[in-house]
Amino acid sequence: MRSLEIIPRPARPVAAWQRLWRQRWGLLFIAPFFVLFGVFSVYPILFSSWLSFREWNGVPGKEVFVGFENFSYALRDNLFWESMLNVVLIFALHLPLMLLVALVLAVILNQNFLRLQGLWRALIFLPHLTSMVAAGFTFRLILEQETGFANALLTGLGLPSVPWLNDVWWARVSVSLLLLWAWTGYQMVIFLSALQTIPPELNEAAMMDGANRVQIFWRITVPLLQPVIIFCLTVSLIGTFGLFTEPTILTGGGPIHSTATPTMEIFGNAFTNLKYGYAAALSYIYFLIVVVATIIQLRFTNRGQA
Amino acid sequence: MTRRSSSRAAPRPPLSQHLVHGLIYAFIVAICVFTTFPFIWMLFSSLKPLGEIFGQGLLPANPSLENFRRLFTETPALGALVRSFLIALTATVSSVFFCALGGYGFAKFRFPGRGPLFALMLGTMTVPFAVMLVPLFVMMRNVFHWIDTPWPLIVPGIANAFGIFFMRQYMVSISDEMLDAARIDGASEWQIFLRLVLPTTTPALASLGIIFFMGSWNNYLWPTIVLRDPSSATLPVLIASLQGDAGRTPYDLIMAASVVSTLPMLIVFLLLQRFFYAGITAGSVKG
Repeated sequence: MRSLEIIPRPARPVAAWQRLWRQRWGLLFIAPFFVLFGVFSVYPILFSSWLSFREWNGVPGKEVFVGFENFSYALRDNLFWESMLNVVLIFALHLPLMLLVALVLAVILNQNFLRLQGLWRALIFLPHLTSMVAAGFTFRLILEQETGFANALLTGLGLPSVPWLNDVWWARVSVSLLLLWAWTGYQMVIFLSALQTIPPELNEAAMMDGANRVQIFWRITVPLLQPVIIFCLTVSLIGTFGLFTEPTILTGGGPIHSTATPTMEIFGNAFTNLKYGYAAALSYIYFLIVVVATIIQLRFTNRGQA
Repeated sequence: MTRRSSSRAAPRPPLSQHLVHGLIYAFIVAICVFTTFPFIWMLFSSLKPLGEIFGQGLLPANPSLENFRRLFTETPALGALVRSFLIALTATVSSVFFCALGGYGFAKFRFPGRGPLFALMLGTMTVPFAVMLVPLFVMMRNVFHWIDTPWPLIVPGIANAFGIFFMRQYMVSISDEMLDAARIDGASEWQIFLRLVLPTTTPALASLGIIFFMGSWNNYLWPTIVLRDPSSATLPVLIASLQGDAGRTPYDLIMAASVVSTLPMLIVFLLLQRFFYAGITAGSVKG
């Protein structure tokens, strides 16, 4: 009788262990990832939030708790909010045009009559491969006000020359131009692969019903591609808010701070001013704004779908 | 032959259609000029002396490789080139391997906490890099003492949530029957992964590898933080560090270095085009 009582008790933990043992391979395969993920992603994110309530110049052990001081200071930090405005403006300046051009190019490259499709696709995609440091310097050279090629071209056509990098608004246009150059081909490739999943019968049927190409584009192609368009919009939104290399090289954030971005502000506060706690607080405010902007954008685009 | 005869039988396309096609070709060519012109400008500038670079003419009067010679003798560009390549290669191979491993684990095994772990991983993908900038730098400096070494550019990137997600989507479609057959034949799980799973997912590995290689090769923000000493710089960091005071930027050296940094990616692209496109579109359709 005693043995009957004793046997089932140790049996339970053994069974649980056995179950885990049987599942050991899955756990083992994801383990290296999660160890590194914990150390290099989860821990930094948590450490950053801890740091955002402290003042710290980077000397170990010298962290001082300051409560919400970093955040209240951030709310009054004009340079930071100007950088937020800058990325919103740069987004507005380049994104609608980029989406439209990428869509039109994808539709064109999807036409049967077009020769050398692979060549065109490759040439338009090429900029995406380039280091933005190399591209930034090249654009700087081309857009130089006195000696650059862009103004030589404009004056040659009888147009006035443009202060590309020396004017508040034109500097934002220049950054947008670099973004257009680098990302239109990327979006086009995505749209093109999505287009190839649309059965051609759909367009043919619309043609039979007397629709012209422009109508087909707006009434059939664009609605069908909406999920992919929303994807590109979201990627661009997050990417534009996170801009760093392009403005750093092309304009250095100027003139008069007009192309400085939130990431540049966070970078400067951390590594130039050595205000680590403040930089961490800024990064969390910035994170929050990106999340809110993404949600608003998704709401907005999904409502259009309904 | 058959195609020709059929087109001859069809009615000639009207003039307006020729016009539309002509306009479309003109549009495409104009866009291609816009996308390729900076490359041409970069290349031609790298063959000109500094004074001529500002001369607004496109073609170099006396093309010479003098800028490249000076780049490799007067700056640590050769070291940066080799370093960039080795870092990109190591980071790519290790990240792809561990992403394949993790993606396989998530796709083909059941274990407690699989759902929450996967959700946690996807959740952190939305956190911008700027949030981790300060803590990661502090860690690299105070804990690991990895400043001016290649490790910060290799090790943290191994845990790449996007890569795991990418590989999982691909691994789900591997047939369970095939895996079970290998198990019955007595293969260990490790052997199955190395000899069966990895070879059958080569296209996905190549696509992901290209995305990682390109990211590492062109990366600037993180390397410029952890590589402080010019003798440890990667190519983008070196190029950015070449710019001197305002008005004295040595564009001759910078353009030569830009060519050196751009050319390898172009060659890789020409050889492996379809993997570039596949990697980029897989992220969008499934993401």
